[in-house]
Amino acid sequence: MSPDSTSNTTYREELREAMREALARDERVFLMGEDVGRYGGAFGVSLGLIDQFGPDRVRDTPLSESAFVGAGIGAAIAGMRPIVEIMTVNFSLLALDQILNNAATLLHMSGGQVAVPLVIRMTTGAGRRLAAQHSHSLEGWYAHIPGIRVLAPATLEDARYMLASALADPDPVLIFEHGSLYNLSGQLDTGCGPVDLDTAAIRRPGNDVSLITHGGSLGKTLQAADRLAEEGIDAEVIDLRTLRPLDDTTILGSVRRTHRAVVIDEGWRTAGLSAEVATRIAEQGFYDLDAPVERVCGAEVPTPYAAQLEEAALPQTDGIAAAARRTVG
Amino acid sequence: MSVKSTAAGDSPAKGRGRTTTRGTAAKRRAGEPGLVQLLTPQGERVEHPDYAIDVTPEELRGLYRDMVLTRRFDAEAITLQRQGELGLWASLLGQEAAQIGSGRATRPDDYVFPTYREHGVAWTRDVDPLNLLGMFRGVNHGGWDPNENNFQLYTIVIGSQTLHATGYAMGVAKDGADAAVIAYFGDGASSQGDVAEAFTFAAVYNAPVVFFCQNNQWAISEPTEKQSRVPIYQRAAGFGFPGVRVDGNDVLAVLAVTRAALEHARSGQGPMLVEAFTYRMGAHTTTDDPTRYRSDEEREEWASKDPIARLRTYLEREGIAGEAFYAEVEAESDALAKRVREGVRNMPNPGTMAIFENVYADGSSLVDEERAQFVEYMSSFESGDVATAGTGH
Repeated sequence: MSPDSTSNTTYREELREAMREALARDERVFLMGEDVGRYGGAFGVSLGLIDQFGPDRVRDTPLSESAFVGAGIGAAIAGMRPIVEIMTVNFSLLALDQILNNAATLLHMSGGQVAVPLVIRMTTGAGRRLAAQHSHSLEGWYAHIPGIRVLAPATLEDARYMLASALADPDPVLIFEHGSLYNLSGQLDTGCGPVDLDTAAIRRPGNDVSLITHGGSLGKTLQAADRLAEEGIDAEVIDLRTLRPLDDTTILGSVRRTHRAVVIDEGWRTAGLSAEVATRIAEQGFYDLDAPVERVCGAEVPTPYAAQLEEAALPQTDGIAAAARRTVG
Repeated sequence: MSVKSTAAGDSPAKGRGRTTTRGTAAKRRAGEPGLVQLLTPQGERVEHPDYAIDVTPEELRGLYRDMVLTRRFDAEAITLQRQGELGLWASLLGQEAAQIGSGRATRPDDYVFPTYREHGVAWTRDVDPLNLLGMFRGVNHGGWDPNENNFQLYTIVIGSQTLHATGYAMGVAKDGADAAVIAYFGDGASSQGDVAEAFTFAAVYNAPVVFFCQNNQWAISEPTEKQSRVPIYQRAAGFGFPGVRVDGNDVLAVLAVTRAALEHARSGQGPMLVEAFTYRMGAHTTTDDPTRYRSDEEREEWASKDPIARLRTYLEREGIAGEAFYAEVEAESDALAKRVREGVRNMPNPGTMAIFENVYADGSSLVDEERAQFVEYMSSFESGDVATAGTGH
């Protein structure tokens, strides 16, 4: 996955191509958000799309998160297929009422009459020195909400092929793009086809311990697995990729084979996504476990701004490998 | 999605039954809508019927000095960021008059709520520039005591300080104090719900707060037309308080208008909105490249309205300052630059355990537990510190 002579694309480019395909395929699809037009998005994801599709379909909005998410809901209700970009997950908190109290509830509270086929994309995560108000990993919060689907693409293929499935979903879908992944480069596997949004993916098969992660922590977890392999520990790496609904079958199937599990989540530990995964393992796989479930999470502090402090506060390869060793030790 | 959001007021409305309103807005935008100016871009002193000002030669030289030093400090900060000494910098280049004029209009007992770009206002409140750089370097959180100079910490979240300022002003009024609060924000922030709600609150509670909008024309890549169909100052009328647009590159006009607005607030008449019409000559922050979205011509046009050049022209024409003064300011500027360069490079990095500080005011068992785990983990490295060992947990 590192840049080399076989690299021909990046995560950012594949997200863009996915939107280009969606805009070309379906007139109901449009993109809106802050700086998505002329600027090409704060992280360059939509660069050039306004030239191809024009300012009606690639719309720069005022700095009004509640408004552009709420308007996205309205447009979805009216039959459009909006893609709303929120610059970062932190800014999505300004639209939380629209997401939770509106998008996620309208179908139920209208007796099934008002579906909201809305896709919301946003950047999540730390590691880029953006400090405590631009670095949250809140996808676990959103995974708490009934009525929506939550995705976290971590590979080039998921960046490219999840969007079409998300747009085809009749319910609101939130897509979390970890900021550290945009420059991820490599060769795209074009043969994998549309992504099934109900299944996790085994990124590295193994027999000794299940390392369960998603998003920006996937690369570090795969590195940890390589290191463990040198020590004779054969780790399996599971990329959850769909955070709601969680794919219990893949998670538990893996744990039943390896009998050990480490959950890696950049989000905070307490009441977080890692707690949910660990609880499901305890509920459904307790008698298959040979060791307590381990968790490697972000430190329970506001994300530091100083580079060395930020690094210390996030899950890193060493810590993941150490946790895996504890389960097999 | 049939309603088009065309640029504000620059095309006739068609069949939406709002022609009158929109037509008026179009006319106002076409001309110069009630721009308060006391010093033209050519450095000529003009009068305004509502905003007179009487400044001494000493004060005029002081304003010039403030702006030059602020600009120099800003330039040094950009260079330091480029050299990797700061994580980020938000330049104020071009906005010196808006910031120095408004900052100098405040009294020591007034209270300032800045955004993250108010380095000039910080200067007028005697906040040590090194403290600003320490925050952007990441070696401290906050960096200064907000109550020492009545200058709140920088706010990164767009527009939210307008609400804090409103609440603070309500407290000031409750105390019966003879002081006002000033909240800075930008043209982009004017679209945030927080700002609209701050306007509502301040008006309803008659809070002594001045909303000071530096309309620098660009919210990252989006021009002001993407934020508002009417000039921003006109929004105040809908909330029930006065709004005024001032030439934000005219330090005298900004000083006069802000003084009046603060006096309006202090004297129990409630909030006021000041829109300082200015221009961000540099990038949004050091992560931004403005050549991607705006023209050199536009920048050149605004360069001809430079706030420092116009005051200098006036000072020279009136014989208020001579070569000795300019040389003195230049020397002071060099000294300031040297001081901040050296000061930044010598700032010690915080220890890794700093990440567990100030999560709760009185500590927390959860944080204590994590801290203990961390200490144990760090002790597994030879250096005893995970940061110097170059790896995380």
